[in-house]
Amino acid sequence: MLEDGATVMPASDATSALADILAIYPPRRDNLIPVLQEWQERYGYLSEEGMRALAAASGISENEIYGVATFYSQFRFQPPAAHTIHVCEGTACHVRGGHQLMHDFEERLNISAGAMTADHQFGLERVACVGCCALAPVVVVDGKVRAGMKPKQVRGLLAQLGHKPNGKAA
Amino acid sequence: MTSLSHAYVSARARWERLAGGSAPVFFIGAATCGRAAGAEETVASLRAEIAANSLQAEVVETGCLGPCSLEPLVIVHKPGAPRLCFGNVGVAEMRQIVKRYVLGNDPCAEWALGSIGDGRVDGIAPLSEHPMMRGQVRRVLANCGHIDPQNVEHYLARDGYRGFLRALEIGGDQVVEAVKRAGLRGRGGAGFPTWRKWDTCRQTPAAQRYLICNADEGDPGAFMNRSLIEGDPHAVLEGMLIAAFALGASKGYIYCRAEYPLALARLKAALGQMRELGLLGDAIQGSAFAFDIEIKKGAGAFVCGEETALIASIEGRRGMPQPRPPFPAVSGLWGMPTIIQNVETLANLPLILRNGPEWYAELGTEASKGTRSFALAGKVKRTGLIEVPLGTTLRQIVEAIGGGSSDGKPIKAVQTGGPSGGCIAAEKLDLPVDYESLAQAGSIMGSGGMIVLDTDTCAVDLAKYFLGFTQTESCGKCPPCRVGTHAMLYLLERIAGGAGKVEDLQRLEDLALTVARGSLCGLGQTAPNPVLTTLRYFRQEYQDHVEKRQCAAFVCRSMIQHRIDAERCPGCTACVKVCPAEAISGSRGVAHTIDPAACSQCGSCLSVCPSKYAAVYRVSGELTRYEERTQKADAVAEAAA
Repeated sequence: MLEDGATVMPASDATSALADILAIYPPRRDNLIPVLQEWQERYGYLSEEGMRALAAASGISENEIYGVATFYSQFRFQPPAAHTIHVCEGTACHVRGGHQLMHDFEERLNISAGAMTADHQFGLERVACVGCCALAPVVVVDGKVRAGMKPKQVRGLLAQLGHKPNGKAA
Repeated sequence: MTSLSHAYVSARARWERLAGGSAPVFFIGAATCGRAAGAEETVASLRAEIAANSLQAEVVETGCLGPCSLEPLVIVHKPGAPRLCFGNVGVAEMRQIVKRYVLGNDPCAEWALGSIGDGRVDGIAPLSEHPMMRGQVRRVLANCGHIDPQNVEHYLARDGYRGFLRALEIGGDQVVEAVKRAGLRGRGGAGFPTWRKWDTCRQTPAAQRYLICNADEGDPGAFMNRSLIEGDPHAVLEGMLIAAFALGASKGYIYCRAEYPLALARLKAALGQMRELGLLGDAIQGSAFAFDIEIKKGAGAFVCGEETALIASIEGRRGMPQPRPPFPAVSGLWGMPTIIQNVETLANLPLILRNGPEWYAELGTEASKGTRSFALAGKVKRTGLIEVPLGTTLRQIVEAIGGGSSDGKPIKAVQTGGPSGGCIAAEKLDLPVDYESLAQAGSIMGSGGMIVLDTDTCAVDLAKYFLGFTQTESCGKCPPCRVGTHAMLYLLERIAGGAGKVEDLQRLEDLALTVARGSLCGLGQTAPNPVLTTLRYFRQEYQDHVEKRQCAAFVCRSMIQHRIDAERCPGCTACVKVCPAEAISGSRGVAHTIDPAACSQCGSCLSVCPSKYAAVYRVSGELTRYEERTQKADAVAEAAA
């Protein structure tokens, strides 16, 4: 289920893209997760074409591949947004106000956790813990950890990333 | 391939040049936590300063020294003086330290945390006397923050891999014997005696045995393993060599979370160095021992911390647990005997082999030997990674090392063991931290996360938080866990949501006991712990939620109302501007009011109301709470604006 605007890789391209990955991780069952990880690293998400090509190359059924992929929270089935904000929901972050941060991001972006804005600019994700508990609460913005984040910094952070609050109280 | 004996000689020479050379050396903590605090910017400014002053100096990026709340941390070694450790070194401080201390003679005592090594610097006490360091015994973490984790020579210069060489000398049986005499127990949570697990594995006839290092540190609130791998990866890998040698395992895996990119990079680099030194592969160091290690990146599933689920994941399947027995030590990865050890358990092995089991067992209690690292976080003044002898009391950890509560509010409880553990109430702070004492108090040692809670933490909300976590992470295989965590969470949400019934408490307790007894794996068996311990120590709070719709910590939104004190409010409009629900009315100079129907109780108004007015207050049940008027709160609000 691709959203509008996402590029679809033709099946032939998917097969050759996969061949590159299978050169590193031969199509054995224990390499299933590494192959999916490598695919996502290169192409941002697991596309239907990619999983179909893998099924054909490995002999593991499409169902089985999809079943494994959906079990692990790392895997995405849609292209990622331009900016991804991970709000840490670790215990230390929680008791230091991390839940409030999530609430504020949801409110400002007008999406709920796990979703992305209609213009594909912002994705909002939960992360169970990034292990920076001593600097709680933290958010991870495009891979960079921001320590000691305050609810009042949410608006400024989004503005820095080019977010325009449309019509909502700024 | 470089021979190891040659490597020792050159490593020693290199290290001595670093420690006693004529050029100043800067050690900067650049682990994930240091970077989050701005270490990379500090490093960049240091390099710029070095270049600008044409200084002959060396910069070493290290792992984490521990006191995360004081990061970025920099240790400066100026020739002829003891090393000085500085805290909270931003770009400006770094520049000053170079100018005033390295180029001049002023040791910048205002930022110094302490001196390291022989000799004294006027006005600066030894780092070992710093309140956060006193009381700690850093054995497993001894190298963290002091060596370059990417440079194997640093590890070798500090007697790295000598424990493994000793193991080769004495043979597998003696290694097991040493681990037994040392009294080492698994640091992953359950505290099973390591030697016994090994013994089972060794007794099982098999063509192939596997060793797995469990670095899938999934507990929210825990970062010991991340720090250790980032700061001293070879200590863990040497531990793997020793264990694999004793077990006769020829293949090892490190299962590490994908959320730890730096730790993964450190491991990958370290494995390359091991190959270079002939510490992996066939005929390691001329012996008959052959061993190789492969990294497996976890894909984000908490349940994979469970041994059988982790094995399923390595095999390329959904990470779902299997009933035990058979235990992995008998039938594990691909049906072969498999030993799974936590990162810290493995990092203890080189110490035991190098220094002897008696040295190791001299710290700790009768049944819990050695030291243990803890990730100290939450509402505590000095957060960070610490290491103490087992048997140290919670009070020593929280008050002496952690410096007590961070926000001036009384400490309410300490949460140990993450979602599998429990809350230990403040009156139990004199409890010694060992496996048995924590279990008696209803919690577990767990992997070492320790979160301090103050009176602003609601017991019901915390239980709900953990159940929300375990319910999401339940793999769904067995009904007691799948359905039970769901039902418990439903009840907790109802209680926190202001719709709780008196009988819910009993129902919750019954359910918790059923889930604990009926679940297939550790996830479900321990998921009720946060509920059971909060019910045990804070039952009154649950009752207040149900009977009075009152949350004394002012956390559960459904039972809080924000109001504005008309006598205090001068009508500055600060709250009107930030209210996301547009629920506040009033114009400049007229006291504002909040429309309770529109208010989402987000607290934005409370946080922006200037302390000189402190006009926003909250009501919950029978309680009314005004925030204290502090200048500090104002400064924070202004800085954020």
